[in-house]
Amino acid sequence: MHGSGISIWFFIGLSLLVNGVLIAGAGIWEWAHPPLNPVVLFHLHANLWWGVVLAAFGALYCYKFVPGRES
Amino acid sequence: MAAMALFQATRLVHLSPVDVVIIAFYFALVLAIGFYLKSRANTSEDFFMAGREMTAWVAGLSFLSANLGALELMGWAGSAYQYGILATHWYWIGAIPAMLFLALIMMPFYYISKTHSVPGYLKLRFGESSRALSAISFAFMTVLMSGVNMFAMAKVMQIVLGWDINFSIWVSSLTVAVYVALGGLRSAIFNEVLQFFLIWAGALLIPILGLYETGGWGNLKVLITQRASAQYVHLWSGLGSFTTNPMGIHWTGIVFGLGAIISMGYWTTDFLVVQRVLTAKDLRSAEIAPIIGAGFKMLVPFIVILPGLLGLAVLPVKLTAESAVTAGGHSYNDVLPLMLARYCGPGLLGLGITALIAGFMSGMAGNVSAFTTVWTYDIYRALIKKDAPDHHYVNMGRWTTVIGVLISVGTAYLVMQFASIMDYVQALFSFFIAPLFGTVILGMLWKRATGPAGFWGLLCGTLSSISMWAWVKVDPSALRYVALSPNAKALAQDMYQALWSFLVCVTVTVAVSFATKPKSAAELTGLVYGLTEVPSVGDLPLYKKPIFWAAVVIVVLVILNVLLW
Repeated sequence: MHGSGISIWFFIGLSLLVNGVLIAGAGIWEWAHPPLNPVVLFHLHANLWWGVVLAAFGALYCYKFVPGRES
Repeated sequence: MAAMALFQATRLVHLSPVDVVIIAFYFALVLAIGFYLKSRANTSEDFFMAGREMTAWVAGLSFLSANLGALELMGWAGSAYQYGILATHWYWIGAIPAMLFLALIMMPFYYISKTHSVPGYLKLRFGESSRALSAISFAFMTVLMSGVNMFAMAKVMQIVLGWDINFSIWVSSLTVAVYVALGGLRSAIFNEVLQFFLIWAGALLIPILGLYETGGWGNLKVLITQRASAQYVHLWSGLGSFTTNPMGIHWTGIVFGLGAIISMGYWTTDFLVVQRVLTAKDLRSAEIAPIIGAGFKMLVPFIVILPGLLGLAVLPVKLTAESAVTAGGHSYNDVLPLMLARYCGPGLLGLGITALIAGFMSGMAGNVSAFTTVWTYDIYRALIKKDAPDHHYVNMGRWTTVIGVLISVGTAYLVMQFASIMDYVQALFSFFIAPLFGTVILGMLWKRATGPAGFWGLLCGTLSSISMWAWVKVDPSALRYVALSPNAKALAQDMYQALWSFLVCVTVTVAVSFATKPKSAAELTGLVYGLTEVPSVGDLPLYKKPIFWAAVVIVVLVILNVLLW
């Protein structure tokens, strides 16, 4: 599905990248401003590291399948 | 103020601004994909079959995602809470063998015949009457199911987020109508693959954090045994009797009803899923796509069943059946949102909710795109307007998409007025699956099966299934005959009902075949096993052959079942 227009994998990468950045950002904000009613296992800061993982995968997919780049 | 009125005070979770941005981004992305793909949906082959150019990965993930809707996720997580690990059977023995059977045995016939749909294959094999029966019933049920999905989504969004039901129905339906009408099946497939990634990204943290909290699988089993019973964590050891497992089912129901009939019927003849594989670019891709789907299907219990089991172990509240929920209480079906709210803070919660919305919308889009194809090819072109130019059918497809969505909205409101319709529609849909499998499999594997036999077998099988269901509705004690046990739960009844209706279909088809004139071998070439030369996938190394990966999947499946025996 690539080579003729935008690859589906680019859209997937874009989605993961944007969501990852937003989630990691929310994680940093929560770390700096701990909520009054935190979720269970809040001390693990899951949104921060999970956001980073998603953003990394998303960035990789965006780079590999960016329109115009043959992979 | 108007926007605020959309939200009600009672809700399971509260969204932060970043969660709302994540949900809004999803809607913007799917609409952008639809507008982008409009320029690539100009011919009927593009619009209805996505140009038959999908790679094995795209077709395989789409094939799996078409069945991975939010109703599935929430419903099976709830079933895991209610019945324990037995719910996993619907993902393993109740899916994997059928997906591999489709890949290795049935896909070559679908692919070689170049059919656009399962009813299209029935036309080639049995004639117009069989196609008409299956196309009309499929189109009718598909669009109703789409409405049921829509209502279920709106209801979930009301319970989980406090959203107004009308708001959810219209926003989701208009979005689906726009992106499917513009980009056709390709657009639906793109969004299904996107949904696949969103679901994993949004749900994977629940089992990871849940196992961390409980101290691992060993401790989780101890907790579940204390709160429920040891049988909640065994796949097979309690199935020797109807009374020694939480579901009230015997292993014969799981193996023969679920594994051999229901799952075979669903994964090999339900056009909603088969259509995804028919878009593959070549035969090898069409064979490997369901195997890729099967590989990932084996992993799905990790994000569906495990959260249900974790809920049983860690949630402070006791969940109950929908009918027994009291004020402030929760039903089994709420277990996934409750676990989401337990572990997921701002951002993660938005992603989890987006995954659920994506699942619902993909479910609707899948139903609507399958409806559009069957209506245009198997009803409109076959019975109403045979010789129109190609662009006429593309336009018909776009309008049918919009009309299909509007009928779905109507169904959603109908369901809202009469809640029991939801159960009826879901039951009705299941009536057609098992007999259809009997008709298709006999058509593919037995050259003696005749056209009239195909039609009468399908009709009698379907009517027998409806009759059994109605019998139990009118007289609940009939369960001891239909499901072989008065202790059988609804799922167990479905298994046996499918088994009997399949047997009725096969018996009638065989009997009528012997009483009617067979087709010649020349007429059956390309349609029946033994009269068709299946093209080789080529001289490939072992690791690139579909049969190799099918064997790998089966070995892993056996190991998993033994480990959780």
